[in-house]
Amino acid sequence: MNVLEVEGLTKHFPIRSGLLQRETGRIRAVQDVSFHIRRGETLALVGESGCGKTTVSRCILRALSPTSGAIRFSQADGTVTDLATLSRRALRPLRRHIQMIFQDPYASLNPRMLVGDIIAEPLLVNGVPAARREARVRELLDLVGLPATARTRFPHAFSGGQRQRVGIARALALDPRLVVADEPVSALDVSVQAQIINLLLDLQDRLGLSMLFVAHDLGVVRHVSDRVAVMYVGHIVEIAPTAELYTRPRHPYTEALLAAVPKPDPAQRDAIAAPSGEVADPANPPPGCAFHPRCPFAVPRCATEVPALRETTHGSWSACHRTNELTLQGVV
Amino acid sequence: MSSTVSSTMSAALADDRMAQATQLQLTWWRFCRHKLALVSLGVVALFYLIAIFADFLAIADPHATDARRSYVPPQGIHLFDDGAFSPHVSGLKGMRDMKTFKLSYVPDPSRKLPITFFAHGYSYDLFGLIPTDRHILGIAGGQPVDGIFLLGTDQLGRDLFSRLMVATRISLVIGLAGVSLSLLLGVMLGGISGLYGGIVDTLIQRVIEVVRSIPTIPLWMGLAAALPNTWSVTQVYFAITIIISLVGWTELARVVRGRFLALREEDFVIAAELAGASQLRIILRHMLPSFASHVIAATSLALPAMIVSETSLSFLGLGLRPPAISWGILLQDAQNVQVLAGAPWLLCAAIPVILVILAFNFLGDGLRDAADPYG
Amino acid sequence: MVEQVMTNPGAIESGGHMLSVRDLAVEFGQDRGSVRALDGISLDLRAGRVLGVVGESGCGKSVTARAILGILDRPGRLVGGRVLLDPGTSAEQNLAALDPNGAALRAVRGGRIGLIFQEPMTALSVHYTVGNQIIEAIRAHKTLSKAAARAATVELLREVGIPRPELRIDAYPFQLSGGLRQRVGIAMALACAPDILIADEPTTALDVTTQAQILALLRRLQRDKGIALMLITHDMGVIAQMADDVAVMYLGRIVEFAPVRRLFAAPRHPYTRALLRSVPDIRAVPRARLATIGGTVPHPGARPTGCAFHPRCQEMIAGRCETTAPSPVPAGLEGASCFHAESVVQEAVV
Repeated sequence: MNVLEVEGLTKHFPIRSGLLQRETGRIRAVQDVSFHIRRGETLALVGESGCGKTTVSRCILRALSPTSGAIRFSQADGTVTDLATLSRRALRPLRRHIQMIFQDPYASLNPRMLVGDIIAEPLLVNGVPAARREARVRELLDLVGLPATARTRFPHAFSGGQRQRVGIARALALDPRLVVADEPVSALDVSVQAQIINLLLDLQDRLGLSMLFVAHDLGVVRHVSDRVAVMYVGHIVEIAPTAELYTRPRHPYTEALLAAVPKPDPAQRDAIAAPSGEVADPANPPPGCAFHPRCPFAVPRCATEVPALRETTHGSWSACHRTNELTLQGVV
Repeated sequence: MSSTVSSTMSAALADDRMAQATQLQLTWWRFCRHKLALVSLGVVALFYLIAIFADFLAIADPHATDARRSYVPPQGIHLFDDGAFSPHVSGLKGMRDMKTFKLSYVPDPSRKLPITFFAHGYSYDLFGLIPTDRHILGIAGGQPVDGIFLLGTDQLGRDLFSRLMVATRISLVIGLAGVSLSLLLGVMLGGISGLYGGIVDTLIQRVIEVVRSIPTIPLWMGLAAALPNTWSVTQVYFAITIIISLVGWTELARVVRGRFLALREEDFVIAAELAGASQLRIILRHMLPSFASHVIAATSLALPAMIVSETSLSFLGLGLRPPAISWGILLQDAQNVQVLAGAPWLLCAAIPVILVILAFNFLGDGLRDAADPYG
Repeated sequence: MVEQVMTNPGAIESGGHMLSVRDLAVEFGQDRGSVRALDGISLDLRAGRVLGVVGESGCGKSVTARAILGILDRPGRLVGGRVLLDPGTSAEQNLAALDPNGAALRAVRGGRIGLIFQEPMTALSVHYTVGNQIIEAIRAHKTLSKAAARAATVELLREVGIPRPELRIDAYPFQLSGGLRQRVGIAMALACAPDILIADEPTTALDVTTQAQILALLRRLQRDKGIALMLITHDMGVIAQMADDVAVMYLGRIVEFAPVRRLFAAPRHPYTRALLRSVPDIRAVPRARLATIGGTVPHPGARPTGCAFHPRCQEMIAGRCETTAPSPVPAGLEGASCFHAESVVQEAVV
């Protein structure tokens, strides 16, 4: 059963200039993106900056309004709502079901509120009575591995990792159907990052969380996700189960991304390889496949025809004209 | 190495006292490290105490004229009389200057007038409520011309010290009232501007720009000239306050708008929105507390500007008019070089102006630094 | 500089010492006492070799670079130690003794020692074109005509892999992408042909494919020119790919120093071991848990007694580690500052 189905999601940002602020161009931040998240599943959305992964997550949270496309969210009672077209007011009762874990543990907690109040806020504004709130906050603190005494402290008393735990507790307060995690560990130190990754894994097991995990670090993604969607210049170029994507990538960009990660193994020097050139400009993307100017396997067709996302094997999808001819290496 | 500095904070904060400290406490602790600001806070507090107890501190009726004691120089208080503690001042005696043939009153050490504390003097209402005639100092006996002239007298023989006390009240209150009014305008218009954005924002921003582009002195002159001559002192007083704040609100509006815009994008505000919090709750619980401190700091920096405005308006004769007493009016007496040569003590009125302006500026700086204990 | 490599008798496969840091100590003055951010750091930069400095935030790795260059942010100040340029030669110079704002140190900074920042925009002004800034940097250290300096700049931009450098030279920094900006940052650092480069998290702000490009560029330049590179990073992957020798820092001290292969194969310090285990691996079994280090890095002002790592250490020797500090890693020698590692003979890195 799918918690979320995104279909044909498109988000354009107009470029305005001149005195009259006339639209002179469009940034195609997200272009015809479709995916789904099953109940209890973690889908990772990876890609480099400017690929549109954050825009997708903001559209799902409706912090941004999509230009077109559908975002179908199914509630616990089975009703399916298209979030893409809802008004702010109609959206409010649904907000509690989709919560977010933020990247920056310093900016995401109000420094003027006690940790207990921060975690209790979603409960409070959704009308949970005081006695239940108190018990729930204790429960949540325990769940994320913070002492109960944290309630009466301010965020400034905590380290980055502990603050991120507070942010996770707040996101879980209302038992959301879907959690959107936007780079939740990228601001943390390695040792703390490991703690938070383990916590997320525990929470997935214990609560059966459904999660959209937006990240750029392929190492982190491999640890926490069930499936991975790779984005490049507004398009999803590949979606596959995690292990398969890493060992048998079907798209040359996925391959390039994996090869570029510096491996923590000095014996594998020179395994570090980078695609040439720069990420294309989403305001002015190249014709055909956006990756073709950098792709070592490009053929003339790639420069003219936009490849569609097609299923290659069961559950694996790739948007490459040559996906069936190529044998890509993946992580060695 | 900002991470070192910020982690310095977090470790220093490790103990419980810090961990449970509210925003106000943290601000106060940070403020206390700012020695100059702390001293300035004391100075400002002292001035406002003077403002509250102005009539009590005044020794003589600030309006009482006596041509005979025109331009009496400042006289000190003698603490001892023949070795015994007995504070007194000398009486005045008329002397004719044999060169100019001008009659002037000079201290006569032979006449000792003992000083009494909490003496009876002119009657007034303490805090505007309690009718009393007690004053901090007074003299027992003596002729009508005698008095304690700590800072001398002016041309009309009014005691400058007493006038200064009363002027302090008026000047400070006018500053405070002006700031409150512009705070109200600034927070409201700035808030609306930052909150709604779009056309409303553009409109308010243009208004601010227009107001700011008008040269202030001609504007004041025009507005002050428009005040009818028949208005009472109180009416003029209020009119001046409004004129000053009409110009002063723009800066505060900009601060508030800027904070609103910045805060709207803050993660914790978005988090509250995602939790389903209402717009009102987000503003009251998350946004207002976050910029209240900035507004306070901006206010304390705006206050001296208000005071200077009033002082300069009155000094130029465009603001308050006698018989009202303000620092500007006191300084008006010191406009004339000839008068100053003869009675330099009239310049004393400039000292509290300078002190208060400096103190407010240091205080504002300190508050601004302390305002964001997390920044 | 290659000549020096040949003449230095101490060097075998690697280059001679270009820069030796000895017992460097930095304090950050606070209202209530000062905090020691660096405590007895000793490092050697050698021609043609890459020294990786790795640690978590607050360990003092960036402070080390800034202290070497005399560009510490207030209220930080150098309280001890020497920074010797060309140690052991007649031209030996103690940078730590020079006036941080003086002409002598300014000539070294940007002349002999190039600096690459995490965000190149901090080194570049938005008001001038890329070319102007590099030309100015060249002419500050060398007497060259404007035209010659411009030609040298185009060449430099080409060398750091900027496409169409003769056009890009007139671009403003904000017109360039993050990757190109970092290339410009590197060109800027190379402007005066330094023989020492200090790169402070040069790829942290970049995307992974851009990072790979920049790392490859750095390695090529460093090898071609025989530069002594000090590479500061928090990323063990970058260390593994780039460094020859590695200094692991924890709370203002070097806790382990070793050649890169040995560090990854047989880390001696429990902190290094834990750090290596906690790196997310792109070869991991999906949903695998990571090894973690309990707690967080303490603040330098609240430095634990004895070995600073003992509260987080799984191999702590009760009664010893919390009271006595293990001896530091001797300068230039391989080893770890840990009681467990002391039995291992510390050997010279060759």
